[in-house]
Amino acid sequence: MSRHTQPLVWATLAALTVVLHALSGPLTYLVTYPDAWVASPTDAMNAGMQAFVGVFGPMFKVVGSILEWPIWAAQNVLRIVPWSVVALLFVVLGYAASGWRLAAFVAVSLLYMAGIGFWAESMNSLAIVLISVPMALAVGFGFGVWGAYSERAKRIIMPMLDLLQTIPAFAYLLPILILFGFGTTVGLVSSILYAFPPMVRNTILGLRAVPSEIVEAGLISGATPSQLFWKVKMPAARAQMLLGVNQTTMASLSMVIIASIIGGTNDIGWEVLSTIRKAQFGESLLVGFVIALIAMVLDRITYGFATKDRAMSGAKAQRALWTYTLIGAAVLAALSLVVPFFAQWPATWVFDPAPQMNAALEYVVINGRVAIETLKNSAFFFLMLPVKIGLGKAVSPFTWGFALTPALIAGYAVIVAAFAAWAYIKGKRTLAALALLAGAFLFVGLTNISWLVLLVSLVCASYFISGRNLAIGTGLGLLFLIVAGIWPQTVLSLYLCGLGVLVCFIFGTGIGIWASESKTVSAIVRPIIDTLQTMPLFVILIPFVMVFKIGEFTALLAVIAYAIVPAIRYTEHGLRNLPESVTEAATAIGATRRQLLFKVKLPLALPAIMLGLNQTIIYAIGMLVIAALVGTNGLGQQIYIGLGDGDFGVGMTAGIGMAVIAMIADRMTQAVSKRKQDEYGLSTDAP
Amino acid sequence: MTSAPSTSREVKLSCRNVWKIYGDTAQSHFTARQGDIGDEDTAKAHAQNIRDAGDIVASANVSFDVHVGEIFVIMGLSGSGKSTIVRCLSRLVEPTAGEILFNGENLLDQTPQQLIEFRRHKMGMVFQNFGLMPHLNVLDNVAFPLELQGIPLAKRRAKAAQVIELVGLTGREDSFPRQLSGGQQQRVGIARSLAVEPDLWFLDEPFSALDPLIRRQMQDEFLRIQAELNKSIVFITHDFLEALRIADRMAIMRDGQVVQIGRPVDLILNPADDYVREFTNDVPWEMVLTAGDIVLPGDAATDGLQVVDATESLLDLLPVLAAHEEGVAVRDSAGQITGVIKARDFVRALASGSEATTQAAQ
Ligand SMILES: Nc1ncnc2c1ncn2[C@@H]1O[C@H](COP(=O)(O)OP(=O)(O)OP(=O)(O)O)[C@@H](O)[C@H]1O
Ligand SMILES: [Mg+2]
Repeated sequence: MSRHTQPLVWATLAALTVVLHALSGPLTYLVTYPDAWVASPTDAMNAGMQAFVGVFGPMFKVVGSILEWPIWAAQNVLRIVPWSVVALLFVVLGYAASGWRLAAFVAVSLLYMAGIGFWAESMNSLAIVLISVPMALAVGFGFGVWGAYSERAKRIIMPMLDLLQTIPAFAYLLPILILFGFGTTVGLVSSILYAFPPMVRNTILGLRAVPSEIVEAGLISGATPSQLFWKVKMPAARAQMLLGVNQTTMASLSMVIIASIIGGTNDIGWEVLSTIRKAQFGESLLVGFVIALIAMVLDRITYGFATKDRAMSGAKAQRALWTYTLIGAAVLAALSLVVPFFAQWPATWVFDPAPQMNAALEYVVINGRVAIETLKNSAFFFLMLPVKIGLGKAVSPFTWGFALTPALIAGYAVIVAAFAAWAYIKGKRTLAALALLAGAFLFVGLTNISWLVLLVSLVCASYFISGRNLAIGTGLGLLFLIVAGIWPQTVLSLYLCGLGVLVCFIFGTGIGIWASESKTVSAIVRPIIDTLQTMPLFVILIPFVMVFKIGEFTALLAVIAYAIVPAIRYTEHGLRNLPESVTEAATAIGATRRQLLFKVKLPLALPAIMLGLNQTIIYAIGMLVIAALVGTNGLGQQIYIGLGDGDFGVGMTAGIGMAVIAMIADRMTQAVSKRKQDEYGLSTDAP
Repeated sequence: MTSAPSTSREVKLSCRNVWKIYGDTAQSHFTARQGDIGDEDTAKAHAQNIRDAGDIVASANVSFDVHVGEIFVIMGLSGSGKSTIVRCLSRLVEPTAGEILFNGENLLDQTPQQLIEFRRHKMGMVFQNFGLMPHLNVLDNVAFPLELQGIPLAKRRAKAAQVIELVGLTGREDSFPRQLSGGQQQRVGIARSLAVEPDLWFLDEPFSALDPLIRRQMQDEFLRIQAELNKSIVFITHDFLEALRIADRMAIMRDGQVVQIGRPVDLILNPADDYVREFTNDVPWEMVLTAGDIVLPGDAATDGLQVVDATESLLDLLPVLAAHEEGVAVRDSAGQITGVIKARDFVRALASGSEATTQAAQ
């Protein structure tokens, strides 16, 4: 293939975009996919599912009701056991995991939960987590050991995990809901499914990374195969596996919270959702904070155990600690029989600042209305609308303050053409052609671009980035969405997600670079992104909904707040972990700090930055589905409709749509990162 | 290949025509794991054929004996197959062909169960990068092989404490590997390998990761332990000086083959080829060779000559020779006068290296 092909393809597509937009009259079927050509698979899917449920349904129902038992038991145990005893156990766990500071943090968090009056709901959620985590760990450990021992198993397991992790959490819910019926089992099963992959990964990684000399030392010492596994490999892989436990726990919690959307469970996730829906923002913020605290407590405790230095703690001290704890728990339990306070947080002591918070919020929203509205409107008019419906429609006296005259259109065309010409003269033909395409897209607007042009553009991009296989995959995946009749929703999702990713990428990379150059910035940014990352998705929505109300802008902000984390993290990590020899050599040659950054570090960190982009996209898609809660019209909304009506076909098609987008974006960014890594001979790891 | 006079002691471990081939078709080059395919040239040609077929020859037709109480050192460039051959001896790696005889029994015929038993009681190994269990403290690391055997806690800890004392680590029992320096970690590795009181002791570059000072200290320690325990040892090193200090006999390897076997002095004085000479070149001969090595047995009159011990190094001999033009008489360990050294003999001995080079060039 000649090197002229790429610019030529992009330029042609740019021209087609404009031409098709201009003479849409007789050729509308090339712009808007005609309804008559739609062959929706939803009916067939529903029928298939019905048949499946007809045959296997009873089996799943049985499994479901069996699974309900441990949850029921755990919930009851947590309800009967006095809150003071549970609190004591968690505080001691925190202490054992990482010392006094964590113990204090746990204590404060638990007091907050009890004091704010959400102890019972929190325990209901925790019960599901407590049941689902061991199961997810067992499943993950099993697959992990298999994958660690057998190369062939690993080759099958790894792509499956990639697939499971690119599918947004939400898409899991529907099939499970239909198979198991309403109830707590849905939360349990979906959270097991969602949470076991990290354990598989970490088990494989840990077992495979055991240094061969340790294994050989075990063999020489005369270990039998089972001794080799339990006494040598497992302890050596322990830290990595505990990281798996940490990730699995967090994934489980976030899925349990998401699963409460189907309702019927008196848990903390449901509490957040219903308060958001009722626009009780003070309440939702208070409850959201409870979830965030649960997440942080679980995270810090499991992470503490994972990274704990065994050398520092004697076995004897441990035993003493737990003995005292048991005695303490017994004393508290006995006390709670006499003093009601220890059994249950007294209702009169519940502290509810929600009304004041609502009032304060109202005050802010009313008094800051001008600022809020200005921010919202300018983002909407100058950024979101142009991308969505194109400059051609977005510019009007009402939005921009002036009308789009032919002269202005000509001016826009001249600017785009001038930039393209400049790039062309500089020898950057592909850039020139891409500029034309971007100019055309921005003028027409993402939702108005001919489906054919968009399809071909994405297929070509896949081809140029990764090759024939991805191009075919992209083509087939997108064709499915087109034929299934959910193309408009797909484009809407693309628009919101794309915009969010773009903003995240620009600002996230910028912050990441800054943080890599300045210790202070890094020290400030680190805890913020750590917190954001452990935060369940719903909770991130709350503050934005409070201030900006329901709408696309709010959704966009939530997407950005969540998806910017990996962009920052990977950029900083990539820049900070370059081989020292390279940067030293550049400094020795006499590179200024600026040159060092732009000419040496950034190019070398590109693979890591691309991996960050990859994660940003996956995060953005994950958040997008949740953001549909606050009024977006993309695929996320379709999934809700499916969930709400119990319509498997509709929800599932949309779920597949999300997964298709996620996978295409995933493969493209992975391909770029991989190519750069190979070029530089570097290996890039995740932070 | 020059074979050296073997010691009179009984053979403990014998490595016979051992081959290790890596590659998909490794096994196809041999029938019935028969490693003895003929003389040296045939073996060389066979090794070349295997390489041409695209497989990797990690060891080729390796044969040597290790006697009871002997320290047998293996040297060679990186990638010459040293680790492979010890791993074959310990069966961490399965030899493609050949035999490994322990007290006359072929180790390769052992069942997995027998092999585990053999490792538990007869064999110890020390690794270059220590290979300590990161999750166990010093005491439990050393007791680890005993734990695998199912020996009760108190008993194995007592035994471990004993070997820990032997390697001079008493007081550090509760430390974890990462809290120790490299030298200390290697002492733990040594203690662990000794805990089961093995007959055979394999050490794969045990001191390479240590700095020169500590290395020297560890060598002394090692010799002290060996003097006490009298094991049969295979020791790999990169460092000829190290080999000199500890070896009873040594083998030089290249491309998986043994080039020469002999006492270190034999290798210095009679290198089989330039490859071996490369290793011995940097050796300060006057420090290594002794009066006994260069004395010419003869009937020259020894009356009235200054008498020196056979173990005297040439460096110490130098001033004596300078003062006694007529030469000195050499006395062996039994007190017998074995011959006379004159300044001329001294110079000839030092020149033998370059002489050999000249011969090789002709
Ligand atoms: N598992 C393996 N697969 C393929 N080739 C191997 C394997 N292990 C060793 N080799 C090859 O066998 C040859 C001998 O390796 P070996 O480790 O024995 O060398 P060595 O003499 O111990 O080197 P060093 O001094 O660096 O430790 C090398 O060429 C190596 O590449
Ligand atoms: Mg080696």
